[in-house]
Amino acid sequence: MSLPQVAVVGAAETTELGKVPGMSQLQLHADAALNAFADAGITARDIDGVATAGESPTAVAHYLGITPSWVDGTAVGGCSFMIHVRHALAALQTGQCKTVLITHGESGRSGIGRGGFRGNASSLQGQFETPYGPMGPPTMFTLPVLRFMKEYGLSHEQLAMVAVVQRQWAAMNPRATFRDPITVEDVLNSRMIAYPFHLLECCLVTDGGGALILTTADRADDFPQPPAYILGTGESVETPMISQMENLCSSRAFSVAGPRAMADAGISHADVDHLMIYDAFAHLPIYGLADLGFCERGDAGAFIAEGNTAPGGHLPTNTNGGGLSYMHSGMYGMYALQESVRQIRGNAPAQVGSCEVSVCLGVGGMFGASGCVVFGRQPR
Amino acid sequence: MSRPIPVPTPETAHFWEGTRAGELRLQRCDDCDHVYFPPRPFCPGCSSRAVAVFAASGRGALASYVISERPHPAFEGPYAIALVELEEGPRMMSNIVECPQTPEALVLDMPLQVTFETLSDEISLPLFRPADGEKS
Ligand SMILES: [Zn+2]
Repeated sequence: MSLPQVAVVGAAETTELGKVPGMSQLQLHADAALNAFADAGITARDIDGVATAGESPTAVAHYLGITPSWVDGTAVGGCSFMIHVRHALAALQTGQCKTVLITHGESGRSGIGRGGFRGNASSLQGQFETPYGPMGPPTMFTLPVLRFMKEYGLSHEQLAMVAVVQRQWAAMNPRATFRDPITVEDVLNSRMIAYPFHLLECCLVTDGGGALILTTADRADDFPQPPAYILGTGESVETPMISQMENLCSSRAFSVAGPRAMADAGISHADVDHLMIYDAFAHLPIYGLADLGFCERGDAGAFIAEGNTAPGGHLPTNTNGGGLSYMHSGMYGMYALQESVRQIRGNAPAQVGSCEVSVCLGVGGMFGASGCVVFGRQPR
Repeated sequence: MSRPIPVPTPETAHFWEGTRAGELRLQRCDDCDHVYFPPRPFCPGCSSRAVAVFAASGRGALASYVISERPHPAFEGPYAIALVELEEGPRMMSNIVECPQTPEALVLDMPLQVTFETLSDEISLPLFRPADGEKS
């Protein structure tokens, strides 16, 4: 089988080179991109893949107004952009995206707007968020939820039930950090961190690690453990600024990455035996269930509170106890993946029975990014 | 200690010149009429560079918030970090002043009016207060 050919169809440098004190580093990326769009006769609307280094692909995609279905932030120094081309080739040949934008911009001499992280007072976050006093994820990731509560009738008790249900799963897991049962009252009486979030609605902070080894399906049977096949994957980014989410009641990155992974896997919601949704805070499973389409947005709180995701429910979710009760080292996604693999293998502490299909939805930043993997006990 | 002070870039200079002059300045695309924030010299809706700066009304509504209990050197006691939906469409982060920092006083969709706090000779920060005629 021959793979499709790939070509460069637009190329340009920034309008000025040398000393450009009139542009921030991020604008240098954008200026080059706009010139390349003009060269190719397209706009950002035609782009569905973004690769960059130096700035994050989240920042570049949002700044240019792109909704990507493929991103690559590989940053390994000056050869990163050659590597982006290689990754883009593979992505294009396999249909992960249709049109990739690769940008470079560096205010190496003038140092304008360099960095792009919080703490840099000239970044967009530094100018338009940091002055208002956000103190890390508990005061930022949590910002959209009051709007969700008003729009969709989510109650404080339902939000608390996310933590209660996940503790039920954690109680079955000897490795979970917190295993003692809790009630809605316990959650609502725990210390307020950032209204409306209480301590027990925020993730743990722990140490740990994990690793996965992947190989091709033809070799999978040579290993002692039953394989967990990758049936489908998805990814996206939205914005590095929580204040600029397109919709405070939905993660655009979830709603691009999740359905794409399920569609690639060729599965319907009824096929899903097990679900993991990265839970840095209690509202994430609620957003995730709705953005994946497991229930209507207005029903997501009740869906969890009524036990559908709890032990014995028809959609067991976050069965390791999650970031709220199991562990959260800072980048929890690896632990969600590990739990999906355990469920597929059939050796999870809180095994959900015979698990044919597990969906694992991750978040990056604060609703900034998402990746989703669908695992199967059988290959597609 | 005061708030972290923003450092403008060439693309945001007009915004901070505006706040210094008591105006909240946004940008509108000449080609598709999209109004957007934060500032950039092109339209995130259609990639056009034909955009213009204009003075916004300064009116908005409370879209969402949290009340942070975490200690911050620039704030006394619990304080709300708010998202304000501007009348012209864009949303921005801000703080709500001249209003108790409580769930009872901070009611979603309450009308707000911009006000400015001078942080330095260069930077005046846009904040919001309950609009005139609103109880606080
Ligand atoms: Zn436009």
